[in-house]
Amino acid sequence: MPCLYKRKTMNPPRLADRLLRLFCASDRLEEVQGDLHEEFTYQLRRIGQRRARWRYWWDVVGFISPFAIRRETKAYSIPNSIHPMMIRNYLKIAFRSLAKNKVYSFINIGGLAVGMAVALLIGLWVYDELTFNAYHKNHDRIARVVHQRTVNGEILTTQGIPIPVAKVLQNEYGTDFRHVTLSSWNTRHMLTFGDTKFTKMGAFMTPDAPELLSLKMIKGSPSGLQQSSSILLSESVAKALFGSTDPLDKLIKIDNNLDVKVTGIYEDIPYNSEFQDLRFIAPWDLYVASTDWVKKANDENEWGQNSFQLFVQLAENVNPAAVSEKIRLIKQQKGGADEVKFQPEIHLYPMNRWHLHTDWVNGENEGGRIEFVWLFSCTGLFVLLLACINFMNLSTARSEKRAKEVGIRKAIGSLRRQLISQFLSESFLVVGLSFVLALLMAQLTMPFFNDVADKQMTMPWLSPFFWLAGLSFCLITGLLTGSYPAFYLSSFQPIKVLKGTISGLRFGRMAGLPRKVLVVMQFTVSITLIVGTVVVYRQILHAKNRPIGYNREGLVMMHMSTPDIHDHFDAVRDELTKSGTVLALAESMSPATDVWSNNTGFNWKGKDPALQTDFATIGVSHDFGRTVGWKFTDGRDFSRAIQTDSSGFVLNEAAVKFMGLKRPVGQIVQWGDRSFKVIGVVKDMLMSSPYDPVKQTIYFIPRRAANFVTIRINPASSANEALQRIEVVFKKYNPSSPFNYDFVDTEYALKFAAEERIGKLASVFATLAIFISCLGLFGLASFIAEQRTKEIGVRKVLGASVLNLWGLVSKDFVVLVIIAFGIATPIAYNFLNKWLQKYEYRTDISWWIFAATGAGALFITLLTVSFQSIKAALVNPVKSLRSE
Amino acid sequence: MKRSYLGEFEEIVLLTVAVMEGQAYGVAITHEIIEQTGRAVRLNQIHAALDRLEDKGMVKSEMGEPTAERGGRRKRLFTVTAYGRRTLQEIQEVRVSFWDRLLSPLKPATSL
Repeated sequence: MPCLYKRKTMNPPRLADRLLRLFCASDRLEEVQGDLHEEFTYQLRRIGQRRARWRYWWDVVGFISPFAIRRETKAYSIPNSIHPMMIRNYLKIAFRSLAKNKVYSFINIGGLAVGMAVALLIGLWVYDELTFNAYHKNHDRIARVVHQRTVNGEILTTQGIPIPVAKVLQNEYGTDFRHVTLSSWNTRHMLTFGDTKFTKMGAFMTPDAPELLSLKMIKGSPSGLQQSSSILLSESVAKALFGSTDPLDKLIKIDNNLDVKVTGIYEDIPYNSEFQDLRFIAPWDLYVASTDWVKKANDENEWGQNSFQLFVQLAENVNPAAVSEKIRLIKQQKGGADEVKFQPEIHLYPMNRWHLHTDWVNGENEGGRIEFVWLFSCTGLFVLLLACINFMNLSTARSEKRAKEVGIRKAIGSLRRQLISQFLSESFLVVGLSFVLALLMAQLTMPFFNDVADKQMTMPWLSPFFWLAGLSFCLITGLLTGSYPAFYLSSFQPIKVLKGTISGLRFGRMAGLPRKVLVVMQFTVSITLIVGTVVVYRQILHAKNRPIGYNREGLVMMHMSTPDIHDHFDAVRDELTKSGTVLALAESMSPATDVWSNNTGFNWKGKDPALQTDFATIGVSHDFGRTVGWKFTDGRDFSRAIQTDSSGFVLNEAAVKFMGLKRPVGQIVQWGDRSFKVIGVVKDMLMSSPYDPVKQTIYFIPRRAANFVTIRINPASSANEALQRIEVVFKKYNPSSPFNYDFVDTEYALKFAAEERIGKLASVFATLAIFISCLGLFGLASFIAEQRTKEIGVRKVLGASVLNLWGLVSKDFVVLVIIAFGIATPIAYNFLNKWLQKYEYRTDISWWIFAATGAGALFITLLTVSFQSIKAALVNPVKSLRSE
Repeated sequence: MKRSYLGEFEEIVLLTVAVMEGQAYGVAITHEIIEQTGRAVRLNQIHAALDRLEDKGMVKSEMGEPTAERGGRRKRLFTVTAYGRRTLQEIQEVRVSFWDRLLSPLKPATSL
């Protein structure tokens, strides 16, 4: 005990010593502490214990001065870890380690590049979608006026507006609007200048249209629209019509009967605008003056002619919702008794929603393209995530190999900071290379992508925002993926690593868990995408195989902008049918692939009084049924021989069902003040969307000229020959119009364009996702096979067969894929079920899709893993066991 | 070569190191200076001065033997380098030349 006491008091204060150790530079500590202790011993003898201890403290504190304080750089001369020379060294080592492990490097760089390229393209696509219509400067104050009616309990939203609405908005609510612009539908018209003629899309609009659309005038002024005999052309049309000569003040003809003077040229409206194909604007007054029915509709009391487009630009500082509410009921209040029964309402539909929020369900504007924007954004992120997961997975998997390197580096004198820099620079190198590669891939695949996505996008090489986003993305990815090896590996204690204890301790079962979770995630995403693709394709196929009620092979249709052919229709028909190349031809008011006209106001005996009659009404000429190939279930076709057929109806089956008729043929139907007799019933002819039920339709013989001629080509003669023949005859009777035609089956195929686009994109993404996942799996499998080389060798020596060993290595992965499948199934089912609900006519999600996808994923997994596992199993155990 | 200038305290420390001839280390120097000049010198000041002198190249050092009273720690022993020696000489010469030119050498003030 006294000994302990003595020792305690004889020593200098420990706390002071500890303080000294804390701040004093390590290379100085020994001499300083030695001197301090010697001094303490001296003072102890001289002035006693208590004062010596105080003095010791006082001395220690004295050493807190710059020369003695810990400064590592002073300890040895260590180059700054971000010195250019060190960076060069890091990069050299990084390149060496990439070159040494070619497979890993390929998987890392290739996979990441593909992921980045996909994300890049999708990012550009999303940006393009979100900035749709941004060309129009006032896009956030522009709105379209839409019209909602309640028909049989369902609110229908349409874009057709009667002219009086515009007048009321202008006269009574003028302070709320800056512009109120009426417009005809943007349709094809023929423009003629001398002998040059083109069919171009365009519309008749009121004079403030150029200002509303903020058109950029290249020549002339937009004020021309105030005179009724002028026209504004887009730059491309002007070039086509006039070449290099000055287009201003030239006289041209619209549809061969309206003479107009070119008063202005505007810059083509870009592709990502709702008005992308508005190639010319003619004055609204000309439209009114030249078209009889429009003249009639121009009357202040014509509230029923819902045939025009109405755009408005709100005044500044006006709340759109409030204005919409204010004008909601004007049609009901002013339209009279005829209007009230459908409870019509008008609403403002803001331009910013036009493109992405296209769907109206029962009066509510919900969904539409925005769903695809979400869907693709998510997909892009997922594909990118998959690539990043690969990167991290392989980095962690390889970390054991690098552990020894770390140990040796540390033993030689590397600092932790240097190791961190080294690993980070390696991951930045990989990310950088991938980024360059991704840019290249994106540039190369852009045309293909544009084609599939129906876009005109370019790489924004000059946009600083693009580069900022790209580089910051690289930085984040590099840091995220590089941080694990950088911070974890550099923390190893060299002595443990070199002794080999780390591998046993840290890389055990649990260490593999995050890696397994990541693999499961990858396959969940991949399987979901594959199931999605299959279902989308099946839905398209399902709709394509739907019976359409007519025969679309060899059917050609032509849009007529002048009445010439109608006037000589019998002669045209005779000449063509006699030539033998054409079987039949007929006129109609709608193309075979669309319904252009709907009407109400029908009555018949036994009609439920509450039923609001809303029919598609298609005016056709006598041979229409024969031309398209109607299939009659009852009654007969229109006949030229029977005079009364001009007041006859042919109904489709949907109409019969809608009207609730037991014996439709012979039934008298009132339409306004005329009465018609039903003479036949045909199988539903699919004219509008292939996903919707066919609407109740009435076919009748109209009194005015129809806009479409449909021709059935004789299958015995070639289409080319027939078309030449038709052109000759058409030119003869209608020399002023250019000869344009569309095949019905190609037009019909366009109905699937949107879905096919999704299908194509989804399949590309699914393929990429599974490709990237497999790349990662391949890398992991090869790593695991390598790690278990000795185990496999020992097992082989003890008698395991190649099959056994194959099973041993593959089993782990198969389990992971099965788990992923289990997670993906409900997700995919829910999501796709919701997607399919949108379609009235839809396929079902049958179990075999999941089964097949699961089996396929399993098969691909086994294929990927087997390559490595069989390779490992075939190695001669002598070789694998000799390796140490 | 331009000579580094020495502060007065540094000069004393350097002289002490020179005087102690190979036995100069922190505590010993401190005690010697206290004894010889009567100044209240602290250990850390000596260490700082030695550090500066070593930077200037006037002393060099090596680790010596451990002793028990130091808790088994080694001393850092300082010796004057040739450059340090020359510097001391030059200082001395400058002073002597001034003293020589002094016509009536200063007398201790007691005579007044």
